[in-house]
Amino acid sequence: MSEPLVYTFLVDGDNFTSAGEASVKMKKNLRMLAIAPDIIRRVAIAMYEGEINMVIHAGGGTATVSVHNDKIEIVLEDKGPGIADVELAMREGFSTAPETIRNLGFGAGMGLPNMKRNTDSMTIESTVGVGTRITMTVNL
Amino acid sequence: MKILEISKLLNAEVCWGEDRLESEVCSACGSDMMSDVLAFVKDQAVLLTGLVNSQVIRTAEMMDMRCVVFVRNKKPSEEMLDIAKESGIVVLASPMRMYDACGVLYANGLGDHGETANHE
Ligand SMILES: Nc1ncnc2c1ncn2[C@@H]1O[C@H](COP(=O)(O)OP(=O)(O)O)[C@@H](O)[C@H]1O
Ligand SMILES: [Mg+2]
Repeated sequence: MSEPLVYTFLVDGDNFTSAGEASVKMKKNLRMLAIAPDIIRRVAIAMYEGEINMVIHAGGGTATVSVHNDKIEIVLEDKGPGIADVELAMREGFSTAPETIRNLGFGAGMGLPNMKRNTDSMTIESTVGVGTRITMTVNL
Repeated sequence: MKILEISKLLNAEVCWGEDRLESEVCSACGSDMMSDVLAFVKDQAVLLTGLVNSQVIRTAEMMDMRCVVFVRNKKPSEEMLDIAKESGIVVLASPMRMYDACGVLYANGLGDHGETANHE
């Protein structure tokens, strides 16, 4: 068992334009590690949705991706408002995003379900008023 | 279909990727909702959209797409073109409306399933 490769990214919550930069960088890193393209795409989509969520719902946060021998783990952490009802938030189509976000092409309530679909495991730990931590893994 | 042919059929300006017009793509999709593209798109190589912001290019990059077409004369910003360059995504701008642009490509053989379209 070798040590995992760990990448950390700061996700700026004040800048919608830069949202997704971390996912693009991570995608490049995974390509350099010669990870299979379908795995890379799943990681990229899940991380990108999570990154967008941190920007539009939580004022930014951090993303930490660890590449292990047998899996890739993505941890997204923010100090945003938290999610009051996680089960409800996981439902397709549920969104609290305002019209302004929908006009930018997001806020259809498909993000969390899409993150789940693209990963092998996903856990959401969230406390209202404290923040949210989402841990996802993709098996290699 | 070559990206060059797409640009001709759509009467489109090539905003970035002049040297990649010979590359072949075999499927496309059209949407203004990046959420939907991320959730429902499978292997489509071309994204037609009326939405103009950097997340359009990033979404295309996440989905391993090769070309983005902005319809209705929308023009991408320099910043968006920089992101496209980084990812090697061809960017076209067409005066056509979404419905017409998709229709023209579809009628000329660019479906949503790739070359071996399964007609169910
Ligand atoms: N990091 C987060 N912090 C606070 N709330 C969140 C976060 N991520 C998701 N949510 C809540 O869960 C809802 C559903 O998220 P999602 O499925 O990504 O849809 P969308 O982002 O399109 O609204 C959001 O509308 C929001 O209320
Ligand atoms: Mg979302």
